[in-house]
Amino acid sequence: MEILPDIASLINSTLRISTPLIFAAMAGLFAERSGVIDFGLEGKMLAAAFVAAVGSYYFGSPWLGLILAMIACVSLSMLHGFASVTHKGDQVVSCVAINILMIGLTTALAAAWFGQAGLTPTLTDEQRFLEITLPFADALRDIPIIGIIYSDILSGHYVFVYLAYLCVPIVFWIVFKTSFGLRLRAVGENPSAVDTAGINVFTMRYKALMINGVLISFAGAHLSTAVNANFFREMSAGRGYLALAALIFGKWHPKTALIACLLFGFTDALQIRLQGVELPAIGTIPVQLIQAIPYVLTVVLLAGFVGKAIAPNAIGQPYVKER
Amino acid sequence: MAAAVDKSRVPWWVSNLIVPLVNLILALLVSALFIFIAGENPIQAVKLIIYGSFGYLDGFAYTLYYTTNFVFTGLAFAVAFHCRLFNIGGEGQAYIGGLGVFLVAINVSFLPVPIVWLLAIAGAFIFGAGWAFIPAYLQAKRGSHVVITTIMFNFIASSLMVFLLVDVIRDMKQMGPHTVALPKEIWFPTFKEFAALFGIKIRYSPLNISFLLAIAASFFVWFLVWKTKWGYEMRAVGHNMQAAIYAGISPYKNIIIAMCISGGLAGLLGINEILGVHHKIVAGFPAGYGFTGIAVALMGRNHPIGIFPAAFLFGILYQGGSEVTFDMPNITRYMFVAVQGVIILFSGALENLFRPQIESFFVNRLKMKREI
Repeated sequence: MEILPDIASLINSTLRISTPLIFAAMAGLFAERSGVIDFGLEGKMLAAAFVAAVGSYYFGSPWLGLILAMIACVSLSMLHGFASVTHKGDQVVSCVAINILMIGLTTALAAAWFGQAGLTPTLTDEQRFLEITLPFADALRDIPIIGIIYSDILSGHYVFVYLAYLCVPIVFWIVFKTSFGLRLRAVGENPSAVDTAGINVFTMRYKALMINGVLISFAGAHLSTAVNANFFREMSAGRGYLALAALIFGKWHPKTALIACLLFGFTDALQIRLQGVELPAIGTIPVQLIQAIPYVLTVVLLAGFVGKAIAPNAIGQPYVKER
Repeated sequence: MAAAVDKSRVPWWVSNLIVPLVNLILALLVSALFIFIAGENPIQAVKLIIYGSFGYLDGFAYTLYYTTNFVFTGLAFAVAFHCRLFNIGGEGQAYIGGLGVFLVAINVSFLPVPIVWLLAIAGAFIFGAGWAFIPAYLQAKRGSHVVITTIMFNFIASSLMVFLLVDVIRDMKQMGPHTVALPKEIWFPTFKEFAALFGIKIRYSPLNISFLLAIAASFFVWFLVWKTKWGYEMRAVGHNMQAAIYAGISPYKNIIIAMCISGGLAGLLGINEILGVHHKIVAGFPAGYGFTGIAVALMGRNHPIGIFPAAFLFGILYQGGSEVTFDMPNITRYMFVAVQGVIILFSGALENLFRPQIESFFVNRLKMKREI
C-alpha cells in the first residue's frame, strides 16, 4: 500500500498542472471553431498572469485582478480580430506579434514598475487565491480508497482547478447544443453559407474571440495568483502552444481536448517526479532531458501517430464578402 | 474603407516604400507610448538610441555586428515564408547551428584556415538545416503545423544544448556552462584588427568578417528564390498549392527544401557568434536573435533588398537600446522585445490598415498631375 499515496499525489498534480492547459484549449476551441487561428494563447496567458498579479497587488483582491486580466485578454483578442478579421491581415503573423509583444511588454513593465528583474512583488494570502478544502475532507480521510480519492485527490485545489473541469461540459453544451454553437461551427466551416443565411460572419468571429479572451484570462490568473504568488518572466513556458497542440490532437472537440490536456498534465507531473530519481537499468536521467519530455510528446502527438486531425474548413482564411 | 484602387496603377514606390514607412512610424509611435508608460522620456530615448548606434565608431561597429545576426535570421524566416511556412524556430536552429560550427571547427582545426572556415560554414548550415528537417518533414507528410513544432524544437534545442554544455562538452576546468575555446588561429578576423591597419585604435568590437558572409547570403537567397527553377517552384507552392500540384510541382519536396534552407541560414548565426565573437559555445548565445528575424523579414517584405535595411534598423534598435538601458534605469532590453512585437503587428498583421487610403491618395494625385 506504500505506492497508493504516490499515485494519489501524481493524480493530484496532474489535475492541477492541466488546469491552465484546459482553459487555454477551450479558449482556442472557440477561436478556431469560428475560423480564426489562435497561436496567441501563449501571449494572452502571459498578459493575464501579469495583469492579474499587478491588479491583485494594487487593489488587494485576486478577483479584481482576475477581472482586469479578463479585460486585458479580451482587448488582445479584439486586437487579433481587428487585424485578422476586419483588416484581413495574416492570422499567424498577428498571433506571433501578440506573443512577442507580450513577452517583451510584461517583463519590461514589471522591471520598470517594480525594479526587480522582471518579477512582480510577492502577493500576500489575501491577495491571492488559496487552496479550497472540500467539506469533511479531514473527517473522511481515514476511509480506505474513498478517503484518498476525496481528501487527497479531489480536495485542496485552487478555485481555478474546479472551474476548469466545470468549464469543459459547459463549452461542450454551448458549442454542440445551442444555436450559437451551431452558428459558431458553421462560420468556421463554411462562412459564405452562414452569410447567405443572414448571419454576420464578422460579428460571430468577434463574439468567439471575446469568449476566447475571457477563458484564457483564467489560465493566466491561475499561474500568477494561485499556483505562484507573483508574475515572473515568460512564466507561461510554452503552455499556450501545448494547449493548442492538445486542441489539435483532440480534433477541436472539448472532450478529446480535455483528455489531451490531462495527458500533457500527467507527463509534466511525471517529469517533475522523475527529476533526480534513479530508474532501474537507465540510471538517473539528466534534468534537462527530462524537462524536454512534454515538448517531445507534443511533437510526437502532433505528428499524428494516433490519427490525422482535420481542422475546421475555413480556418486561417479571412472572410471576404463577395461584391 | 476607401474604395479599392486598381493595383496596376499604384506606383511601386508607394506600395513598397511609403506604406511600409507609414507602418514603421506607427509602430515607433506606439513604442514611444510604452516607454512613456514605463516612466521615461521617449524623445530622450530616441536621442540615446541615435547616439549609441551612430555617435561613435565602436557603437557603429556594434550596430553592424547586430545587423549581421539579423540578416541571417531575417533571411531564414523569409525563405520559408515564400513557401507560406512560418519557421519561428530560428532560435533553436541557430543554437544547433552553433553546435555544428564548434564540432566541425574543433575537429578540423589542423587544416589550412580558409578550409576550416568553409567547413565550419557548411557545419553551421547542415546542423541548422537538420534541426529544421523534422518539423519540415512532419509538416509536409503529416500536416503537423510548423509553428507549433518549430516552437517545440526551440524548447527541445535549448534543453539539449544545456544538457550537452553541462554534462558532455563543457570545459571541465571551468564552472560555467560553456565549451573550451577554439584555437586562436581559426578565429574570424575582426573589425578591430582591420581598423588597426589604418592606425585606428578600437577597444573591442564584435564586428567581424561574418558581415561579408551576411552580404553573400543575401545574394544567395535573392538568386535562389527569384532566379532558379527551384525558387519558382517553391513560390508557386506558397502561392497556390493546388495549382502547383496541378502543374506537377511536388509540395512535399519544396516544403522540406524551403525549411531546410531556412534552418541552414539561421544556423549561420552560429558562425558570427562562435567563430567571430565568443570562440566557444556559450549557453543561450542565440539570445532572441531568431525571433527578431521574424520582425526583420516582415518589415523587409521578405526580400533581401528590404531585409538588409530592416536588419540595420534592428541593429540600431539593439545597439542604441543597450545605450538606453545603461542610462535609463526603467528600461530593460525586454522593452525592445516589445518594440519588435509592435513592428511585427504593424508591418505584418496590420499592413493593410492604411494601404487603401495611401494608395488611392497617390493614384488620385498622379492622375490630377497628368490631367494638368
